[in-house]
This record gives sequence, structure tokens and C-alpha cells, in this order.
Amino acid sequence: MINELSALEVRNKINAGEVTAVAAAQASLSAIAQRDGQLHAYNAVFADRALQRASAIDQARAAGKPLGLLAGVPIAIKDNLCTTFGATTCSSKMLKNFHSPYDATVVKKLEEAGAVILGKTNLDEFAMGSSTENSAFGPSHNPWNTTCVPGGSSGGSAAATAARMCAASLGSDTGGSIRQPASLCGIVGLKPTYGLVSRYGLVAFASSLDQIGPMTRCVEDAALLLQVIAGHDPLDSTSWPQPVPDYLSDLDKPLEGVRIGLPAEFSGEGIEPEVSGAIAKAVDFYRSQGATVVDVHLPHTKYGIAAYYVIAPAEASSNLSRYDGVHYGHRTAKPENLFDLYAASRAEGFGPEVQRRIMLGTYALSSGYYDAYYLRALRVRQLIKRDFDQAFEKCDFIACPTSPTVAFELGAKSGDPLQMYLCDVFTVTCNIAGIPGMNIPCGFSNSGLPIGLQILGPTFSEQRMLRLARMYEKHHDWHTRKPKGFTNS
Amino acid sequence: MSTTSAVEPQYKVLIGMEIHVQLATKSKMFTGAANGFGGEPNSQVDPVILGLPGVLPVINKRAVEMAMMVGLALNCQIAAQTKWDRKSYYYPDLPKNYQISQYDQPLCGPGAIELPLPDGSSKTIRIRRAHLEEDAGKLMHEAGMTESLVDLNRAGTPLLEIVTEPDLHSPEEARLFGEELRRICRYLAVSHGIMQQGHMRFEPNINLHIYHHGKTIKTAITEVKNLNSFRSVERACSYEIQRQFGEFLAHPEDAPSKVKSTRGWDDDKGMTLLQREKEEAHDYRYFPDPDLVPLHVAPQWVNDLRAGVVELPIARRKRYQENFGMSAKEAFSLTEERDVADLFDRAAALGAPARRLTNLFLGPAAKIANEAASAEAATVLISDLPVTAQQYAKLAELIESGGISATSAVPIFEYLVKHVDADPAQAAQELGLVQVRDQNQTEAWVMQALTANPQAISDFKNNPKKKQASLGFLRGAVMKASQGKADPKLVGEILEAKLNAAAAQDS
Repeated sequence: MINELSALEVRNKINAGEVTAVAAAQASLSAIAQRDGQLHAYNAVFADRALQRASAIDQARAAGKPLGLLAGVPIAIKDNLCTTFGATTCSSKMLKNFHSPYDATVVKKLEEAGAVILGKTNLDEFAMGSSTENSAFGPSHNPWNTTCVPGGSSGGSAAATAARMCAASLGSDTGGSIRQPASLCGIVGLKPTYGLVSRYGLVAFASSLDQIGPMTRCVEDAALLLQVIAGHDPLDSTSWPQPVPDYLSDLDKPLEGVRIGLPAEFSGEGIEPEVSGAIAKAVDFYRSQGATVVDVHLPHTKYGIAAYYVIAPAEASSNLSRYDGVHYGHRTAKPENLFDLYAASRAEGFGPEVQRRIMLGTYALSSGYYDAYYLRALRVRQLIKRDFDQAFEKCDFIACPTSPTVAFELGAKSGDPLQMYLCDVFTVTCNIAGIPGMNIPCGFSNSGLPIGLQILGPTFSEQRMLRLARMYEKHHDWHTRKPKGFTNS
Repeated sequence: MSTTSAVEPQYKVLIGMEIHVQLATKSKMFTGAANGFGGEPNSQVDPVILGLPGVLPVINKRAVEMAMMVGLALNCQIAAQTKWDRKSYYYPDLPKNYQISQYDQPLCGPGAIELPLPDGSSKTIRIRRAHLEEDAGKLMHEAGMTESLVDLNRAGTPLLEIVTEPDLHSPEEARLFGEELRRICRYLAVSHGIMQQGHMRFEPNINLHIYHHGKTIKTAITEVKNLNSFRSVERACSYEIQRQFGEFLAHPEDAPSKVKSTRGWDDDKGMTLLQREKEEAHDYRYFPDPDLVPLHVAPQWVNDLRAGVVELPIARRKRYQENFGMSAKEAFSLTEERDVADLFDRAAALGAPARRLTNLFLGPAAKIANEAASAEAATVLISDLPVTAQQYAKLAELIESGGISATSAVPIFEYLVKHVDADPAQAAQELGLVQVRDQNQTEAWVMQALTANPQAISDFKNNPKKKQASLGFLRGAVMKASQGKADPKLVGEILEAKLNAAAAQDS
């Protein structure tokens, strides 16, 4: 089935004339029609538009025109990326009817490369959460077990990709929001170095932590998508003004003499034994391939969650202050005065987790508390960065679990914010340090749920990181397994 | 120091100014949307100005350069590194509900200027800082409407906020400082300085040091918000001084417990009104804007800009007085507008005599420009007239060399305005104003004037009090008889000789 092909395979078949872009789009659209009722991965599907664009690709090919890197590849994008087509909701009542007059830079780049955008995927409201249960439009479900969460916040993209309802997708990652759902859904997810991918048009959650990245079924596809979306953008002052390396050409070349660091701080209590077991096996594999495995220390890891839940809400409280009912977005029906317009619109428009984080952040930035919370968190941020700098003097990459657990049942943690925050315990420090991190599938639990290996590397090490991931993927078939009930046979 | 009666204590006035200058960049502070005044409401906007989800700010380099130029003109230290902070408050004219500003690392650090005072002295006014930020939009409350309308055309306009130390000691000094700053900004072409369009807005911080029973009592500082004319700056300061002093006299014991307050100015009533006291001040929750990276200012960049900082009005006035022998008033008039002063300098550089040039500028040129301005109900500067530096220089030379009389300069200048590129000498020919220095012809004009004015001759001879006046009158009569063509010097010589001869004959 075309919808089960990787993005690269689809692209190559379309290029070769073996498959049409329209057929590829149709295959994904019919998978969506069959499965998304159960999974609710998508907030919106643009079937007509997708077919039109696919048809345009086919015509371009027939006319002998050059095709882009993603010509005809059906892609899903997270619903916090601004598009001129459809709404950009952030899975929030606040932006339920918000239609952007502009396209995010990554959306432009995808479409310029010939990608066919199928629809926009569900997320925790404003990307705040680790289960997609915070969506104002209802949770997404894990394709491997629909009673479980797909992770979050990019849970919709992860579920859509795992369930073959798209060839690949984009997510955004502020504290683990690409890698954790990728882990829970058994796919590849890459959070690039801060500044590698333009944030212009990504609805901001925490500006100094947010990055957009690929969520794919294989490492090659992650490289392919990253190739398209990476690069300097004059509209984003924090984007890195450097040329994009070629992520694909040497991808199959194994890294020789690579040193893999195992941080003691990323093991131990709270990690499910099946998870630690799978990670240990993956590390053994690398050892068998000639890698040196070294112990490293990231002593400030234990402050990561605390620092993250000061910095991210502080920035969020400011970034989300624009949703006030005045200019656009949800407005309360009958405000009594200006204050009431603000207060009621925001109370009605934002869900409880978003409100919680706005309050946390506002508090942390308030006069008299700023030094004790925000400034202290920034100091921890420096220490965490230094931890990584020192660790990467001893090793080339760090291997650890992405998530301490496999996917959990819906509702299991939604009543306990602290438990939910701990889902990010292995992912947040990567954002805090601005380094790249990725998840690759490395096994399954006895209950049949995917386990993910997280690889962390120094800034702008994506090229080698992808090669390291590919080394593993070549010798394992986890990524080829399909969720039961969602195979086409 | 000021005192009105023996029983009233003396006091000293302290005024520090915060001035917002809108920078005349092509685009806005953090996006490419046009930076222009007016237009249909919400026509000069883009997604960044509207604060739509997902947008990001990008620094306008030209705005930074303009800010640095003003900083250099005010002798400020330019920061090697500066950063951007978010200042949070909710208001419908602020689409993001935070303003991008600079909190603790302003672009321009301490500086100072020498402010010339009307008595010829000057005073050092220290500048505390100057930083960049973005302007807010405007709310419009229309009569009969229960809702307000928001116009975001002004939102995102680059604003330079300049803060002085409290070195201004009278309402007049506050006004003079504002006027001087406006001139500086106009000279640097960073602002058009059109007050009616809000290009500059002033917020004086005022308090008094009152000497009372051997102690110095400081009144609480009041900040008067958003004054947009020099007159209102002066009036609001005067009002505040009287109000604070009156309040002190009424309740001297309350003074130490008063807190800083913000007041608004009612121009119609001529009074300030309390807006808020500091206890209820906003918590702006400043923090570094994560969407913008800190700006490193290379020394070379500053040096390049320094080279572009033109000679400023204060220095120019001094030079005009010292080099061209102008009076303070003349120098002030000629340097008010940079284009006029530049034109003057170009003409002077051609070797034209400065005195003649000064008289030409402040005489016929100013007159015609003023007439044109009132006819067109618009600003017309001397530099807007179609008369070139070369023409000014030639005309001044003609007067200097006696080729034409000074009085003939007016019609010749008018001719030059009407006939673009005309040669002043040819114009003099055309108008028949070439000075005649023929002895016989001049004598004939003198005789014509004397014959027509026997009373003046009599006054000259018999009334010592009227001697000079009658001489002046007769000189004018000769010039008139010659239709302005006579050489005044020669006229004077012949006239005096004739009169003295007549007087000698009588005695």
C-alpha cells in the first residue's frame, strides 16, 4: 500500500512514474477515513486541496519540470503551524476559528519542495502537555493501543505517522513534544538544534525552547524532511545563519570509533525495567559495531524539570498574553468592561493546563519573585548547558531513554500535573541546552507498546546524529512494525 | 531660586525629562511594514504589527543607527552590547500586550549637552540614557459609541526614549531643552519633529527642594504624561511647581510621606490631574525577549555613524557668531533649519562676504519665504526657494563691490526667484539696477532731491537736533530719485559736501 511507504520511497516512486502523487494522497486520505475516527490524530483534513496539489505535482512531472525533494509526499503538520489554508487552532478554544493570513516558513518550505499537506494534527493545547489530553477538541489515541495516549504534545502527528495516515509529519518540541510522542508511538522524531529550523509561523509556547522537527517512520525520512525545513530565515532572528549540510548523502555510512556516553543521571528510579532493558540492548548493539561506551555525568539534570517549569511558563505567560479577546480569537459574549473582556475571554478560551502555566509564569516574572525564580532558572540553564559541554568532551553522543515509561492509559496522569510533568524528565534538558535530540524505536514492551531510544548530541551535530541512528535502524526492524488493526492486509 | 514674600520659603526646581522621539525610518521597528503617518486606520500593518500568533520581531538596523546618531549627538556612551526586553501590560492599543523595549542595557548610556540659554550663558544637561522601543497604536473613542476603536497604524513605530537627569531648573529651561532636542533630531534627519503628528512627546518629572527652617524638604516627584507641544511643557511645569509649592505651604508636614505620582495635562483647563500614585504602579514583569538576540555594537559601526553626525545647531550657531560676525539672534535664525544653514555655508564657501550674505538671507530671502508660506499655508524655508548658493554668492559679491546698492537686492532677489537660474548681474541689468557711480549723474540726483525738499535743508542748517535725521531723509530722497541706482557712499559724500557748503554760505 502506498500509504505504508516511507516518504523517500513515495518520492522516488513518484519521480520514477511508478506511483502518482494523487494516488499517494488518496492512499493517505483513505487511511485517514478508515482510522482517524478512532485515533483523532487530525484536527482538520484538507482532502480537496491535497488532491489538487498532488495533481499539480503529477502535471509538473508530466511536463518534465524539475520536482522538489518532497514532490508528492503526503505530510501532516501540527496544528500550531500557521497556514493560509484551514484554521490554526493550537487545539484551543481560543483559536478555534483563527485563520492565519500567512504561512509559517516551514509550511512554505514544505510546499516549495512539493510536499502535499494532508491536514493539521491534534496537540495538547498550545503544545502544553505530554499526552494530547489537553486538547480542547478531545484527546488523540495511541495506534498501538487506543486506550493509551500517544504522548504529547505532538501526539496527533505521532499517531498519524505511526498509523500510516501520512508518510511523515512535522511536530514541535519545547520540552520533549516531538521525541516523547515519537517514543510512545514507535516512530522517529528529531528535535533539531535551537536555531536550525525557523520558528516563524510556529505559534509560540516558549520561544527560547521551541523547535520544529520531523516525525517519521524511518531515519532516512527524518534526514529528508530536515533537509527541506532547516536553514536560516531572515524572519527569525534566532535562526542560525549557516548553510544547511547534506543530511542524506552519507547517511548510510556508519560512524567509526564513535564514543557513546551513558549518563548515570538518566537511569535508575522511575524507569520501567523494560525500558532500561531495551536501552541497554541498543547500547550493546553500538558497542558491537565498534562504539566506545563511556560513563558521563550531567549533575544538574535533577534541576532540569524545575528550571523548565519556570522558564517555559514564564515565556508562555508573555507569549500568550496576546490572546485577549480584543483583536482576534475567542471573545466573551457580553463583557461588562475592558478588564472583564480580558479576564472572561481568557478564562473561557484557555483550558486548565494553559491557565496553570500562565499563572506559574506570571508569578515567576513578578516583581519580587523574578530573582528567586526566573533568574535562578536561567542560572540552572547555564549549568545544564555546561554539563552537556563537558560531557561532549568525553563522548560524541549520549544515549538514554526518551520516556521513562511506555504509553500510559488515557486519564492515568491527567489529574496529576506533577506526574505528567515527569514524563519530560529525560527530554527537557535537551531544549534547555539548545542541543539536538532524537528518538528512534528500540523495542516493544510485553504489552506491545513501543520503547524509544533517545540520542543527544552537541549543537549542529544532526548530520552525524542521523548517521548514528541509521546504524541502529539498519540492523533492526522495530520501525517496520505496524500497529495491529491498522495494517491494510 | 524664587521667592515671593519674606515669609515664604525659597525653593529650587528640579525637572528631568523623558522624551519619546518617533524615528523616521522607512519601515517599523521590528518588521517591514511601512512606517508612515496617517492613512486609513489599520492600513500600515502586517502580521507582526497585529501581533498574530507565530510572528517574530526582526530588528530594524536603520532605527538602531538613528538612535546611535542621536546618542552620539548627545555625547552618550554607546553600549558595546545591548538587548531587548518585554514590558508587559494589557491595553487594547498594544496588540501583544507587551512592548518590546530595553530595560537594563540601553543602547545609549550616560551623556550630556551644553544647552545655550537666552542670556548667552549655557548649562550642562546630563543625559541618563536613551533606548529604543516600539510605539503603541491608538484608541479612538467616538461620541455616542459604547465601544472604542483600535487603529494600529502607529503601532510598532520605532521610538527613541531619551531620559535626562533632573538638571533643568525652570519651565523655560525644560522648553528650551525640548526645542534644542527637536533641532538636533531634525539636523540628524532622524525625525521630522512635527509636534502636531506626535513625532515627539515629552514627560517632565518635576519636584522642588524647599528650604524650610534650615532643612531641605523634597516634594514628591510628579510625572506629567504625554505632552506634545513646547508650550504645554512649559505650562505644565509651571503649573506643577505652583501646585507642589502650594500643597507644601498648606501642609508642610505631609511632604515627606507623599509618593511619586503620574499626572495628565488638561490643556484647555491649564492644569494637571492625578492619574495614579506609585503604590498602584504596574508591575511590568520585564524580561529579556527570547525572540531577539542581544545586539553587539562593533566600534567600527559607531565610528562610521559618528562620521555621519553633522555639525549640530549649537556648534553651528557658535561658529556663525565667531567666524561670520553674526549676532546671537542672526546665528539662531540661520541655524534653525539645517537646509537653510547648509545653503548658507555653501554660499559662504564660495567666498561670498558673510555680512552681505547674512543680510540677504535674513532680509529678502526670509521675506519671500514667509510670504510664500502664508500664501500656501505651508512651511516654506529659505532653502525651498529656487535660488542657489552660487546666486546668493554672486548677489552678495555685487553688493559688496558696489555693483548694486543694498536696497536693490530686494527686487533682484525677487527676480531670481521668478527666473530660475538667472544671473544676478544680468538681473540687475534687466531691472536697470546697476549702480551708477557717475559723479555728474549723482550730483544731478542730489540736486533734484535738494530742490524738492527745502524744509530738510533748513532743518539741517538750523536745527542741530534734526541734523542727522534730515541728512538721512535727504539721502533716501536721492536714492529714490535715482530709483535705487545711485551709489549710497557717493550720494553721502556729495550730499554732505553740498549741505555743508550751503551751511557755510549762510553763516
